[in-house]
Amino acid sequence: MNEQSVLEMRGIYKSFPGVKALQNVDFTLREGEIHALMGENGAGKSTLIKVLTGVYSKDEGDIFLKGIENAVVIHSPQDAQKVGISTVYQEITLCPNLTVAENMFIGRGTGVIQDWKNMNKDADKILMSLGIPAVSTQQLASCSLAVQQMVAIARAVDMDCKVLILDEPTSSLDEQEVQKLFGLMRDLKKKGVGIIFVTHFLDQVYEVCDRITVLRDGQLVGEYEIKDLPRVKLVAKMLGKEMDDMSDIKSDAKTYEAKDKSDVVFEAKDLVSDAGIRPFDFHIEKGEVNGFTGLLGSGRSECVRAIFGADRVLGGEVKKNGKPIKISKPIDAMKNGIAYLPEDRKVDGIIGDLSVRENIILALQVMKGFFKPFTKAQAYAFAEEYIKALNIKTASADTPIKSLSGGNQQKVILARWLLTHPDYLILDEPTRGIDVGTKVDIQKLVLKLASEGMSITFISSETDEMLRTCSRLIVMRDRKVVGELKGDELTQGKIMSTIAGGENG
Amino acid sequence: MSSETKIQTRKVKGGSIFRNQIFIPVAALLLLALFNLIADPSFYKITLGYNSTGDPVLSGYLMTILDYGSELAILAIGMTLVTAASGGQDISVGAAIAIAGSVILRVLCGHDSRPETLQAPIIVAFLVACVVAMLFGAFNGALVAYFKIQPMVATLILFTAGRSIAAWINNNELPIISDPSFAIYGGFIPGIPIPTPFFIAMICVVITMLALKFTNLGLYTQAVGINESSSKLNGLNPAFIKFLSFVLLGLCVAVAGLIKVSRLSSINYSVIAKDIEMDAILAVALGGNSLGGGKFNMLASILGAYVIQFLTTTLYKFNVQSDALPAYKAVVVIALVVMSTPKAREFMSKIGKKLKPAERSVA
Ligand SMILES: Nc1ncnc2c1ncn2[C@@H]1O[C@H](COP(=O)(O)OP(=O)(O)OP(=O)(O)O)[C@@H](O)[C@H]1O
Ligand SMILES: [Mg+2]
Repeated sequence: MNEQSVLEMRGIYKSFPGVKALQNVDFTLREGEIHALMGENGAGKSTLIKVLTGVYSKDEGDIFLKGIENAVVIHSPQDAQKVGISTVYQEITLCPNLTVAENMFIGRGTGVIQDWKNMNKDADKILMSLGIPAVSTQQLASCSLAVQQMVAIARAVDMDCKVLILDEPTSSLDEQEVQKLFGLMRDLKKKGVGIIFVTHFLDQVYEVCDRITVLRDGQLVGEYEIKDLPRVKLVAKMLGKEMDDMSDIKSDAKTYEAKDKSDVVFEAKDLVSDAGIRPFDFHIEKGEVNGFTGLLGSGRSECVRAIFGADRVLGGEVKKNGKPIKISKPIDAMKNGIAYLPEDRKVDGIIGDLSVRENIILALQVMKGFFKPFTKAQAYAFAEEYIKALNIKTASADTPIKSLSGGNQQKVILARWLLTHPDYLILDEPTRGIDVGTKVDIQKLVLKLASEGMSITFISSETDEMLRTCSRLIVMRDRKVVGELKGDELTQGKIMSTIAGGENG
Repeated sequence: MSSETKIQTRKVKGGSIFRNQIFIPVAALLLLALFNLIADPSFYKITLGYNSTGDPVLSGYLMTILDYGSELAILAIGMTLVTAASGGQDISVGAAIAIAGSVILRVLCGHDSRPETLQAPIIVAFLVACVVAMLFGAFNGALVAYFKIQPMVATLILFTAGRSIAAWINNNELPIISDPSFAIYGGFIPGIPIPTPFFIAMICVVITMLALKFTNLGLYTQAVGINESSSKLNGLNPAFIKFLSFVLLGLCVAVAGLIKVSRLSSINYSVIAKDIEMDAILAVALGGNSLGGGKFNMLASILGAYVIQFLTTTLYKFNVQSDALPAYKAVVVIALVVMSTPKAREFMSKIGKKLKPAERSVA
């Protein structure tokens, strides 16, 4: 084992029924470095991490740690913690019905006796130092996804660890929170902690990382110093081919402008739900792509949830194609040609134990009716069609969705709603956890669907993604709509200032 | 999107038979069968005799299993649905059977508790029992689905009160039916030597399988059991589906109740279908279904019911005292359930793989 490394993985193999997830992968982590682990959706990043932390047992290979002569055997995440590896997994693994403090301390410490009084105090201290807007005694479920993510990070970071693993920790954080996290990572790095960082955001990689390991289809592509690998090359390594179309989506965009889009497809007046948003007005035209923007917790998801009837609607009038309709629960919206891809994939999206096929057809099936199940053949045909169209990596249409990689699960949920062929499609963070190549594919798909006459509301934490796709942005702050931007106003700067409350506030 | 597609349409067989859910009850059945074969092969003896009315009947331990396992299988159908949708179990089925049985007798007897002739057609009595049992199912279902009470706690109410209600329906009298046509359902159809409950169970199984094939019952209950919040956003009404599963269990209870009272042509309120809820729940578990809800395999549950009965009968055969029975059952069941956990199956399939090293490179 090399002098400088804290962790070495050699010749790792892992396969699942029908999938070779890892084949002969080597990975080296040095002391005091931030090491990016990159690859497309389903490349095997999360699997490599889970092998390291003992969630999965490896088929072959050895793991070495600094200061331990022989290969270590890690059977469980507890073992991993004992040898100084702490982890934030891709899917949040906290207990939603416990308090924030309980979540931070549960299953830790060596004693059986928990010091409850000090626990809350300690938790508050940590929350404060990381600037997490939560109180130790608050129930975790009542926190936003971003806060939950931060709590998961706080839980991992707070332990004296030699190796810290972060699997897509930033996917639901906004810019400020990401900066906070990076500050933390740099502090730990100075202390000599080795950090493994998985992300699909290239900017973030170039901002904090020292080295990069790239995986593709379960195999090691290579290990690079960050300065030797410019962005374009990194993308090429990940995809296994040159990516030419990163930039020209912008010029392709907005082809639908030419269309006649005078007819309003959906309209809401004084709509309000029990999720604590102020009543808002909203409309979308045929073939239009608009979006809600604002900081996390500004109420942008709550607005679209109110439109879809996902939260309890308390008041307001809605019209579809000019006709007044009533939407009190999701099925009403679906029957009116509205589809909604939710923000939180794990809680609101996937049905974990059901197959990819069942997950894809579910919404359409429910619309079709209880007594009219699709035949197996039909269901397979739908599933195969979208598996192909969205390039979903799965062993088969019968594989349970929970064994797909995070990004591929997201694609399945997208497939589900595309299959319903809605007139009005709401996408709340559709590209969360999606790799760079596919992200562009999805943005293109959105524009293509719009040019064919579909109306789409697109929400994303990445402003540039919104700028690429939307022709009108509704800006939210503190749970109310504070402005609307279109045309020339659609610039990063203008959005930021409106969010912050510069001139419109 | 990308030209290159990575789906593999080839059938990926779950690796080995050990991963298949039906493996658990089948393996348990084989083990029990083997045990009996070694311990005392006379277990398998079936004799053709004649009953009191002179009709041919088959008898033997296997027939007992077929007979009593059938009631259990019918209950297991409903219990599987309840488990899948609500993630909990109904512990009131025994008491509910007492109620359903009592209702049947009440309708058949009219005002007289020992009538010479039936006061109403059996089908009418049965349909009334169905309605009553489904109403009680609806009561349980409403507590679980709309008041969000834990299923075990919600059904504890009926579990406690059910047998008194059953006695109250017949003014605490013990009606006795003398009409032989009523004894068919828990006995034998004249001329056919196989117990009727088996045929009733088969009818129920066929109806269930058809319902699962021609409606979305299976998809909806599983979806709701796995992820309620997601299901709601896909347009389902999770509360109603949970409620429905309890009502359907009520229907199963009515059928089992008919068989039970037909066996005796009478009823014993405190003993009828005693502890049957435990066997029904075990049948679901033995079928390899998670008691936490979600995915289920109906055939595995049904087979599980017969395996539980096989076990009970085996224990009787070896003269285990009836009050010691549950203890023995518990030991066997724990072993079986442990065997059915994913961890144990993974382990077994690993051993299976090692035995056939050639297959490994293929996977
Ligand atoms: N528990 C499992 N059972 C079966 N297959 C699995 C399981 N976990 C992962 N896989 C498969 O292994 C492959 C690698 O998945 P992994 O989750 O490691 O991808 P990833 O690189 O983390 O992708 P993403 O960026 O989408 O998170 C995928 O094809 C996935 O379907
Ligand atoms: Mg992953």
